Amino acid sequence: MSAYSFSFAGEPLQALGAGALWWPAQQLLCVSDLHLAKSERQLRRGGSALPPYDSRDTLLRLSQLIDRYQPKTVICLGDSFDDDAAARALPDADHALLERLTQTRRWIWITGNHDPAPTGFDGEAADTLQIGPLLFRHIATPADTPLSHTVSSTSDASNGSLGEISGHYHPKVRLRGSSRPAFLMDQQRMILPAFGTYTGGLCSTDPALSTLMAPNALAVLTGQRPLPCPMPR
Amino acid sequence: MNRLPDIITTWFTRRGWSIHPHQQDMLERADHPSTLLIAPTGGGKTMAGFLPTLADLASGEHEGLHTLYVSPLKALAADIKRNLRTPVDEMGLPIRIDDRTGDTPSSRKRSQRADPPHILLTTPESLSLLTSYEDAPRMFAGLKRVVIDEIHALAESKRGDQLMLAISRLQAMCPALCRVGLSATVDDPSAIASYLARHPDPCDIVMADPGPAADIDMLHTDAAPPWAGGGAAYAIPAVLAQVRKHRTTLIFHNTRAQAEIFFRNLWLANDDGLPIGIHHGSLDRAQREKVEAAMVRGDLRAVVCTGSLDLGIDWGDVDLVIQIGAPKNVKRLVQRIGRANHRYNAPSKALLVPANRFEVVECQAALQAVREGTLDGTPRTQGPWDVLCQHILIRACAGPFEADQLFAEISSVGAYSDLSRAAFDACLDFCATGGYALRAYDQWQRLLCRPDGHWQLRDPRAARRIRMNIGTIQDADLLKVRMKRSRGGKPLGEIEESFAATLSAGDTFLIGGQIVRYEGLREMTVEVSRNASKTPKVAVFSGTKFANSTQLSDRILGLLNQDSWPDLPAHTSSWLALHRQVSQMPRRGELLLETFPFKGRQYLCVYGFAGRNAMQTLGLLLTKRMEELGLDPLGFVATDCATLIWGLEPVTDPAPLFDPTDLRAGLDGWLAGNAVMKRSFRAVATIAGLIERNMPGQRKSGRQATFSSDILYDTLRKYDPDHLLMQITRQDALGGLVDFARIEELLTRIEGRIRLVPLDRVSPLAAPLLLEVGKVPVKGAAQEKLLERETEELMRRAGLVDLPG
Repeated sequence: MSAYSFSFAGEPLQALGAGALWWPAQQLLCVSDLHLAKSERQLRRGGSALPPYDSRDTLLRLSQLIDRYQPKTVICLGDSFDDDAAARALPDADHALLERLTQTRRWIWITGNHDPAPTGFDGEAADTLQIGPLLFRHIATPADTPLSHTVSSTSDASNGSLGEISGHYHPKVRLRGSSRPAFLMDQQRMILPAFGTYTGGLCSTDPALSTLMAPNALAVLTGQRPLPCPMPR
Repeated sequence: MNRLPDIITTWFTRRGWSIHPHQQDMLERADHPSTLLIAPTGGGKTMAGFLPTLADLASGEHEGLHTLYVSPLKALAADIKRNLRTPVDEMGLPIRIDDRTGDTPSSRKRSQRADPPHILLTTPESLSLLTSYEDAPRMFAGLKRVVIDEIHALAESKRGDQLMLAISRLQAMCPALCRVGLSATVDDPSAIASYLARHPDPCDIVMADPGPAADIDMLHTDAAPPWAGGGAAYAIPAVLAQVRKHRTTLIFHNTRAQAEIFFRNLWLANDDGLPIGIHHGSLDRAQREKVEAAMVRGDLRAVVCTGSLDLGIDWGDVDLVIQIGAPKNVKRLVQRIGRANHRYNAPSKALLVPANRFEVVECQAALQAVREGTLDGTPRTQGPWDVLCQHILIRACAGPFEADQLFAEISSVGAYSDLSRAAFDACLDFCATGGYALRAYDQWQRLLCRPDGHWQLRDPRAARRIRMNIGTIQDADLLKVRMKRSRGGKPLGEIEESFAATLSAGDTFLIGGQIVRYEGLREMTVEVSRNASKTPKVAVFSGTKFANSTQLSDRILGLLNQDSWPDLPAHTSSWLALHRQVSQMPRRGELLLETFPFKGRQYLCVYGFAGRNAMQTLGLLLTKRMEELGLDPLGFVATDCATLIWGLEPVTDPAPLFDPTDLRAGLDGWLAGNAVMKRSFRAVATIAGLIERNMPGQRKSGRQATFSSDILYDTLRKYDPDHLLMQITRQDALGGLVDFARIEELLTRIEGRIRLVPLDRVSPLAAPLLLEVGKVPVKGAAQEKLLERETEELMRRAGLVDLPG
């Protein structure tokens, strides 16, 4: 699995083809929108019974990345569970796997709109988290709000080098007739693709994304080899 | 009830009409449990179906619903309502008639359920929906007859399977219900009869006088048809000349895209300004209705159309049918020809227009078949299980049910008469729990078995979601096309999402006969502006690409092997003679292969004659095998008759490529990941109720909530490969898009006899294949490379190449 290396807010980072972000200096792995137990939620709410293998598949892919990169810290950028009840409904084997992953390293659950309450698993919960010049949160701040206003701490970021990393939108890029989950990034913000198996995507051309991202934004398509290209809008 | 009430006979006499013998036959069989009427178009078929109903209702004593009429088209239901209203009013009969389709306003639907009319005209989907309501038994109480129109068209599809399942529900509510089927000419009436009847009841078959033989020929043109392509532009002047000579001409095409191009060309050449319209399923409803109304008024001299006009709506005085492109299927051709002279006892007049040189041969074969009266049949297999799953869910919406009783009802449907109890239980389990090997979330299962053995919905709210998703018609993901709002926002029609994705601002395409410019996508609507450009980028409506039927393929092979071809135009017979001279003719009992070099590539031409879909699948499987054998295939193209493969190495020993075991293994392994299988899965999963296309309070834009069915397919392949839906998908694909059944048939036919003819240049029969569109590149590493090159190019153009990376 290869990676696309770039610099963001002065920090060297890697966008992994598997859809996760790797920060070598901090040994930090960041994934977004796992939507675990989505199949359970749909069924509970009177919908059809989707194949109940989504959590297993998502967690197996995550644990493969963890085995490979051996991160000291893992950040889940919110919407880790499809809702609060789903967090309690994981099938036993999946529950055990997630427990094992969260117990052996620093684990941070950023809260999302789907999972505002504590997950019941090990790890810290937070609405936002700043590490060095990088600010992690679930939903990107709107385009017209300066980032520095959203951070309560005084921080050394007022010099303008603060970068925001978020998820929520499940960005996708359509190229040559095929569509792939993608990272979107400009000088100030980066939006991660959804990592969960049962997640759709929002095309980068959607106004929600094209008005949010700066005109010179870059997209990095996930896949065998991550492919950078100017963000289609 | 064999005598007509005087009020009806008087009406016939007053109009100077006498009752047709087959109408009398139907009247005499009024109380037979099931009767199939086979009559040509215009033979008073509908009246024959309704006469017993009118006779029975004449006394005014019947309360509530008496006769249910089901047709495959909404428009047909509305049309029949009009056509029935007139005689009923003229006879002064106390009969209430109403139609009910997806277009009926909900207020009228409600009052129909509370106080049903005597005769209700509807579609299979609307009927299924009606049976899903808890008050269905009250609404259908007293129902005596169900009339299924155009039953030959329904009998070939999942819609028809759903209809017969719904009728088994009706029969359970009304045991004395009589079934009547109205059919156009078919190859095997007894197959339709057993589809119609309650199994194992017998079914009477009434055959009407088939009328005079059709007057059908190939259109003679001064210009010879081109070597390849499907546009038939060469025939435009000759077609226009025919339009001028006739009152109203229907010009049929096999695909919507071809219809669009032809219409455009026809319009450009239409110097007399003859009123000509276009009609196909992708056009906006208002546009279509405008053309239909103009047809009825007799305002149009010609309509360019597709299968959307195949079925029996009476659009007025059509006196000529032109079929552009080889008809691919004799039965459909005969039904299309029937659209001309929609009057009994007048011969239908039709002309075939081959779009290219090879289609001259195909058209000739089809002409022979029509003249000899041999139609091709598609053998129907067992009733599909995805439709069964939907039926179980619909049954659950109507209230608690017993599994034994439902199984008995389903077994009374002809197509499901062989259904095993184990298969039924698997479908029931799928509906209840999802039927997965991993039993997770069972506390939330969709259907519960109560202590008294009855099954019911766990969550009654689910009924609404199930009802919103009733039906088996699979539209591709379509996007509406509108003129940009500032210019009035006029809706034009629909295009496929995948086609829209290939467009960028400024691209032009054809829709409804006009060239429009793509402006952008807004809230799931494609916005366009008018554009005067001369060369549009044509809309690719995937539509149905018909494959030549087995019988027609056989005839073509027979024709190619004639000693000479006196019936064919000289340009075609000399071409065939030349081929015989330099190579060999493909024969039925062996598989002919040709190899030849061309422009630095090595070509292999496989004359399989197994129909387009099977030949396409064969191309996929063979190129995969060639890759394994180091023959470096680069791509292939498939037609109904042959697959042409090109690569870097010549094929010298073909036998290993055609090993049946290897081909089958290729199907199981590699092809399982193919897009065609994923498409079949999507249809199956949607029909079976796993994927809900419609949701209460659905958001129209921002689709990050929904995810691709491909993900579900991949997940099942990985964790639960033997799941019920995977079994159904495999079964469907074998007969449909993948059509592996015909590859098997081919392999059986040749019994290993493969003849390889090495040539030093392209043969006359293979030459047109070099010009065919729809070439398929061999994917894999190559695809990834192309995407990489594209992103690099975009980066370069944006001046971003120097970014760290």
